[in-house]
Amino acid sequence: MRKLLFFMPLALFLALASFLFSGLFSNPMERESVTTNKPLPAFNLPDLMNPEQRWQPELLLGETFLLNVWGTWCPTCNAELSYMTELKQQGVKIVGLYYVLPADPMLGERFDLTELQLDVSNKLQQQGNPYQFNILDFERSLALDLGVSGAPETFIIDSLGIVRAHHIGDINPQVWRNKLAPIYQQWRQQDGTKP
Amino acid sequence: MKIFIWLIVVLMLGLPVQATEEVLSFENEAQRRLYLQLTAELRCPQCQNQNIADSNAVVSVDMRQKTYDMIMQGSNRGEVLDYMINRYGNFVHYQPPVNRYTLWLWLAPLLMLLGLVGLQLKRRQQQANEPLSVQPQPESLDAELDKLIEQYRSKK
Repeated sequence: MRKLLFFMPLALFLALASFLFSGLFSNPMERESVTTNKPLPAFNLPDLMNPEQRWQPELLLGETFLLNVWGTWCPTCNAELSYMTELKQQGVKIVGLYYVLPADPMLGERFDLTELQLDVSNKLQQQGNPYQFNILDFERSLALDLGVSGAPETFIIDSLGIVRAHHIGDINPQVWRNKLAPIYQQWRQQDGTKP
Repeated sequence: MKIFIWLIVVLMLGLPVQATEEVLSFENEAQRRLYLQLTAELRCPQCQNQNIADSNAVVSVDMRQKTYDMIMQGSNRGEVLDYMINRYGNFVHYQPPVNRYTLWLWLAPLLMLLGLVGLQLKRRQQQANEPLSVQPQPESLDAELDKLIEQYRSKK
């Protein structure tokens, strides 16, 4: 009993030290998404390039796809464009959700769609265009409903419109192979088998 | 010297212009208080350990706006919190609910206290059971001490 008590402080110290040490390698940005396994929230938003066209959840169904939240103002989003273009060439359907930054009236900014369209098409020409089309979320309402905390973020949506994965951060070969591809393949295989 | 005073006056004129804040109007004091309370206890999902009142991340701006809109539409505290938690998870609220993941946060201090009280009680019992071990002093030691004391006294 005495011997046990003697080693108690050492044991406590080691336990605390290993707990804190493991904390050094944890990613504080990582957390479980609560919007997965729920249907896409309702929305009715214009197409970025062709604002006459309105997009609603029903129009996106039928095939498992990636919904990628991005903006030309976000360097990480620009960096992932070329890899996602490769994925598109492999047959992955990718839809963009354009995340518009709030215009700052203090700096004399205002929202100008033509300017934005020009900016986006330039960017996509330079870096590659992975998108079938882009949904313009100009008030970030769909982003808020999906629990988006910033850009880039990517969702995997199955053919019935259920969110199956929510990835915070960029898509690179490693993330795709280890995290997203298995989920994508799983739901892609079930496309069309359900009514 | 004069120009120095003028400089200070000019510098002070600039200060009120700096303080730009979003100005929100509420219908009553309760709404204003609810807004301040909610933005203080909702946590920014983008930034580390800031509430949405303190953060200027885009998502915090949007969450503040949504909180304001919901309050103006008559939502109560619980409805706003549910709305945010449904989208951003329990992470977004600074008062996590008691569930099986967080239960030990409440139990650990209690268990530690109970353990310490138990330990102390056990020690008391052990001390009470032990016989008093005060051994009688031998006579010779007393005499020797007396002699030493006498020696020191006589020196002075």
